[in-house]
Amino acid sequence: MQQFTLFQPPVLSVTELTRYLRGLLEGDSTLQDTWVQGEVSNFARPSSGHLYFTLKDASAALKCVIWRTAAQRIRFGMQDGMAVEVHGAISIYEPGGQYQLYVDAVRSVGEGRLYQEFLRLKARLEAEGCFDESRKRLLPTVPKRIGIVTSPTGAALQDMLNTLRVRYPLVEVILSPTAVQGEEAPLQIIRALERLDRLIQPDVIIVARGGGSLEDLWCFNDERVVRAIASCATPVVTGIGHETDTTLADYAADYRAPTPTGAAVAATPDRLELIQACDHLADRLDAGMQNRLAGERERARLIAARLRQASPLWRIQNARQLLDNLIERTNRSVSYGLALRRARVDGSTSRLQALNPTLILQRGYALVTLPGGEIVRTTLQVKPGIQVQVHLAEGGFDAMVAQVRPQIDTD
Amino acid sequence: MEINKALPVDRLSYDAAFAELEQVVAALERNTLALEESLALYERGQALAKRCTQLLEEAELRVRVLSGDTLPEEEA
Repeated sequence: MQQFTLFQPPVLSVTELTRYLRGLLEGDSTLQDTWVQGEVSNFARPSSGHLYFTLKDASAALKCVIWRTAAQRIRFGMQDGMAVEVHGAISIYEPGGQYQLYVDAVRSVGEGRLYQEFLRLKARLEAEGCFDESRKRLLPTVPKRIGIVTSPTGAALQDMLNTLRVRYPLVEVILSPTAVQGEEAPLQIIRALERLDRLIQPDVIIVARGGGSLEDLWCFNDERVVRAIASCATPVVTGIGHETDTTLADYAADYRAPTPTGAAVAATPDRLELIQACDHLADRLDAGMQNRLAGERERARLIAARLRQASPLWRIQNARQLLDNLIERTNRSVSYGLALRRARVDGSTSRLQALNPTLILQRGYALVTLPGGEIVRTTLQVKPGIQVQVHLAEGGFDAMVAQVRPQIDTD
Repeated sequence: MEINKALPVDRLSYDAAFAELEQVVAALERNTLALEESLALYERGQALAKRCTQLLEEAELRVRVLSGDTLPEEEA
């Protein structure tokens, strides 16, 4: 018995076996990414938000779970008896020992057909060149009038108007109302678009609709609508559904925005940026004028300097200076001459003074005159006994000649 | 620039005012005009910049609804 035990195959717990199976299933790439078609039964929607149902056909059944986050993306009401195509991954619910499909996407069988139709039409229009990038026109940067093709009652319109009010209220909005879902929608959309294009000729047209199911948005895949957008004379922006929805109208438009709000943004400039641009231009204007004035002042300064040099006043001043120099030189030469003369006069004066008889008398000499005033220079003019007058430096006296001596002894 | 022929600034639309402002700035920066013309241009440019900013700050969105083939004048 002991030896048998050694070679006994290992015993697995239920959990271990289940984990092993689960690993097998989850390792199979086909089972992890598969579409399954069938009819919904035992549909349950508990308060948790997760969905549980069984997908079955004539001879088999498959347990299915849709977690709440995936369930929120389903755009139609699921119910028993409905034919659907589901996508997901096969795994095992360990507590129940059940394999089941964890569904991440559901479409009705009809939806699948629509999708095939969509792809066919898309390929055809693409081949015709309806969606060519070369056909797409630039949107005007600063539109005056925006035409909007949408439902007058939808939230999409209010979203767009709010966006335009904040972003660029200078624009005029012309709403061309239309139904955006149902049988009538395609023709109404085409008429609304054509009226705008023909009567109003706005700078840009927005074709918009809020989010909805694939069927709701289907009118924007209508071939006539797509062609009307492609042939519109006015540039068209589409904002249809949510980010993830792309319709053929979007492909045909000149610009595809993810949402109606996005379309309003794409069609208009932001006024804050425009104000900045204005401020920038105003700054350049000021700088340009300042530069101009500075240049002008510099020119005026240079011209004034040249004017001063060329003006008669300048020449007069030059001449005046020359004259001043001459006068200065003249003055100098004149005063030199004067000084020279003064020196000469001074010399004459002293010589004259030397000859002054009064000065001679002061040195002790005397002057003798006859009574007639005649100066006595020689003894021949006198005889003894005649009266003479003797003049001294101070006063004088009368005298009588006592004796005449004809010659003065020089020895 | 033909200043004399230009409309009064307060009657210009935003894009007309902005386009003219761009021209005025360019003309002033080219620096080929007589000083008096430049001064007149500068004053015009200031008025244009003010007009643009004012229009951007004070505008109210106008909405009209096309009904049938007619467009009512009244705002909706």
